[in-house]
Amino acid sequence: MDLAQANHAAVERMMTARPLLKGVATARDVIPGMRDGLILHAGPPIEWGRMSGPLRGAVIGALLFEGLAEDESDATGLIERGEIEFAPCHHHQTVGPMAGVTSASMAVYVVENVTHGNLAFSNLNEGYGKVLRYGAYSPEVLEKLGWMNSVMAPVLADALAASAELDLRALLAEALHMGDEGHNRNKAGSLLFLKLLAPHVARVASSDVAEEVLKFLGDNALSVLNPVMAACKAMADAGHGVEGSTIVTAMARNGTDFGIRVSGLGGDWFTAPAQVPDGLYFSGFSSEDANADIGDSTITETAGIGGFAMAAAPAIVTFVSGTPKDAVNTTMEMYEITETDHLHFTIPALDFRGTPTGIDLRKVVELGITPRINTGIAHRDAGIGQVGAGLVRPPMEVFEAALIAYAERYGV
Amino acid sequence: MSVLKTEVRPGGYYDSIVLMQLQAALADLPGVEDAGAVMATPENRALLEASGLMSDVAVEAGPADLLVVVRAETEDAATDALSRVDGLLVRGGTGGGDDYRPRSLESALKVLPEARWALVSTPGRFAAGVAREALDRGLNLFLYSDNVTVEDEVALKRRAAADGRLVMGPDCGTALIAGVGFGFANRVRRGSIGLVAASGTGLQAISSHVHALGGGVSHAIGTGGRDLAEEVGALTARQGLDLLARDPGTEVIVLVSKPPVPSVARSVLGAARGTGKPVVVHFLGFAPPARRIGSLYFATSLPEAAWMAVDLAKSAGAVVDAEKDPRGEDGGASAGGYLRGLFAGGTLASESLLALKNFLDPLHSNMKGDTIRPLEAVPRSEFHTILDLGADEYTVGRLHPMIDNDMRVRRIAQEAADPEVGLILLDLVLGDGAHPDPAGELAPAIAEARRSRDLEFVVVVVGTDEDPQDLASQVAALEDSGALVFEDLTSALSRVVDRLVEVVPPPLPPVEVELLSAPVVAVNIGLESFSESLADQGAQAVHLDWNPPAGGDDQLMAILERMRR
Repeated sequence: MDLAQANHAAVERMMTARPLLKGVATARDVIPGMRDGLILHAGPPIEWGRMSGPLRGAVIGALLFEGLAEDESDATGLIERGEIEFAPCHHHQTVGPMAGVTSASMAVYVVENVTHGNLAFSNLNEGYGKVLRYGAYSPEVLEKLGWMNSVMAPVLADALAASAELDLRALLAEALHMGDEGHNRNKAGSLLFLKLLAPHVARVASSDVAEEVLKFLGDNALSVLNPVMAACKAMADAGHGVEGSTIVTAMARNGTDFGIRVSGLGGDWFTAPAQVPDGLYFSGFSSEDANADIGDSTITETAGIGGFAMAAAPAIVTFVSGTPKDAVNTTMEMYEITETDHLHFTIPALDFRGTPTGIDLRKVVELGITPRINTGIAHRDAGIGQVGAGLVRPPMEVFEAALIAYAERYGV
Repeated sequence: MSVLKTEVRPGGYYDSIVLMQLQAALADLPGVEDAGAVMATPENRALLEASGLMSDVAVEAGPADLLVVVRAETEDAATDALSRVDGLLVRGGTGGGDDYRPRSLESALKVLPEARWALVSTPGRFAAGVAREALDRGLNLFLYSDNVTVEDEVALKRRAAADGRLVMGPDCGTALIAGVGFGFANRVRRGSIGLVAASGTGLQAISSHVHALGGGVSHAIGTGGRDLAEEVGALTARQGLDLLARDPGTEVIVLVSKPPVPSVARSVLGAARGTGKPVVVHFLGFAPPARRIGSLYFATSLPEAAWMAVDLAKSAGAVVDAEKDPRGEDGGASAGGYLRGLFAGGTLASESLLALKNFLDPLHSNMKGDTIRPLEAVPRSEFHTILDLGADEYTVGRLHPMIDNDMRVRRIAQEAADPEVGLILLDLVLGDGAHPDPAGELAPAIAEARRSRDLEFVVVVVGTDEDPQDLASQVAALEDSGALVFEDLTSALSRVVDRLVEVVPPPLPPVEVELLSAPVVAVNIGLESFSESLADQGAQAVHLDWNPPAGGDDQLMAILERMRR
């Protein structure tokens, strides 16, 4: 199979993957290799010493949540004695926004790509304010997590069991026609998610609990982000491992490094220091407060949505300097570095052209165009939370390094 | 002491990004220390609290209310800032912004899939790679870039020719296709004169002169200055001639170049003859062999080339017919075989040699010339041979052939016996002092030679009707013997060329002639002004926002190039 065929095959697999939301379960029961004492995190591999504030905070929070530690110093002690293992979510078919910290007892969404049979997982979205994914671990954070795990998760599990199937690819396709781009803007998708779940929640939960759960989901315009990310992971994984392919199948950041993986380059990560996003800040914050880019949510761009589908989301054009045309141009630029137009995700403003899908390493390096990523911005200190949102591009070095590795591996 | 002012706007929906922008704009106002603009949800109120922007008023607000908070140095600054909120919330309405500019050929062709041309003016180091990709994508090239190696030029042109596509350049500054100027071009009336030019300013000068003389240009095809070099072999010029030959709008062709090496001259002149249209040839600084050889007209300057072309174009239909010699009913088609020129007159021999060296190869002679091959042995002709039989080596111990025909009679028989000979060219010089009846001795020799086979004899007669030998009867005697008789050397040589020289066939497959007639649709890569110029002329063009591949990094470029193979 030559390179063109390999890339075609990899992207074809990504696009024909059909991710369904199958259920909600406990991480240790479903995520391959998940065990007590293992903490999954966003981005490429990283040791404790190099972790940034929000990731450290989230790790501590997870140890408290798991009951493995009593307090912060207890948690740090455990880690420093090497009693805690870290691994990227990506190594366990999992993705998580921002810190992405996932531990054995946490409830996770289970997504199955029914075309190719692979599974992907993501934790549950906590909403806004002080949340674990931004490194907060105060009692209220843990309390909310506790409620999500013990109250909401079983309801969602039952509701999903009661619903025939929840097709995330179809949900995303529809949301793109409603002004979402699937990464920074998930308002429409979250409402669609709520709409699809509501009757089943009403059926399986008591009215008090149903009200609580539906309100929690409805108040959070990012409710659907996590299942969407798992869906994107399921799609991207379907395209991974095609011999000879230069298609990028993962982009992820751990708050310190930005890393990518490439379909034809096995499990290797190509990393470089993550950059600080360029964006708009919440009141009282500025770029000085910002942490370097963090989170697995770049799996959305990897799968052909997010920043790549900017033309579908004119309401958030401010991220790309202001006019709807700039949003269109952002998407147009991404066509330059991708293999093809998506079969299912289309953009009304571009005459329903498919979104740019399948980042080709060669094109990125040749044209000097890095992927456009829409992202939230975390405070550099643990626990303060989101301070803004904006745009970031991966460092070019990761693509250059991958290209050189490809040349070595394939004797180019 | 700073002042905190809060405004609550009940009811209304603002996207959080609009509000973030509003708050950034407020914070930028003079005298403003910090600002907040949020929907008053519990989370947002907590944020304001954390930033020290919370007030009693704000505590009262609910999730459907917009809170605008300003902390300023003075009361006035705060009031002023809040008074600007409405203005800051009003947005655009123009739908402004620039159109997308493609960054790669692939996406440029998505914007303009019907493009047939690529104009390439990137730095030379990258031009061959860009040109290759354009060829890969089925485009014809106008390659303005210079500093492309000759190896790359040859490879690009061979590759293009194999696919029936055209590469104008490298270092091609100008072309006119269907009235649209590429690169640098003058605004020239359209007409029936087509140009093939290996010289950019030559093309511009001739087309401008044509315009000034009232004529017009159908198409002007640039080839790049090196096209007629030996390595390249005039590939583009030959394609261009062939295109103009098949273009119904072109009646006269002008070919302009620096003087090519003889092998290329033969090839390109052979291609010019193959067009079946009158071709004005101007090889700068090249000694023209004649004003005209067959359908080829030789000019000595740019303006002359222009007026010759305009003149020919005026009588275009008639000119082509007149090309056929009235006495050549046996066909203008080439019969092949070798030429043997047996001259009594040294200058006639010399001029024939100069003219025919551009057409015949290998050409031998007892005379000297830069590309003329010497005879191995004086008594024997070989291949194409032109002999000055009046030269010293032939007249030792015998009379000059002007007065003694014996040697030429024997030599006619000798050459005629060589089955590879296709045409014998003779001169016949009359006048006082010359032989009293040369035709009386040569005509029987010609007739004798023609008895065994249909060997063509071409005779140029120099003389007047007052000469003692009687011009008319000399001509009649020669014609009776079966010879074709001409009273000027140029016509005689035209006949030789038509009979002996195969036209050079165009490179195959042909470039579709529709390339010239279809509207110009192009991708421009490099100098933006070329794109603007195309647009000004009403052609469709998309400008590619080009950057050196991989930022010009040699290692990465090499990998990418290898991956393409």
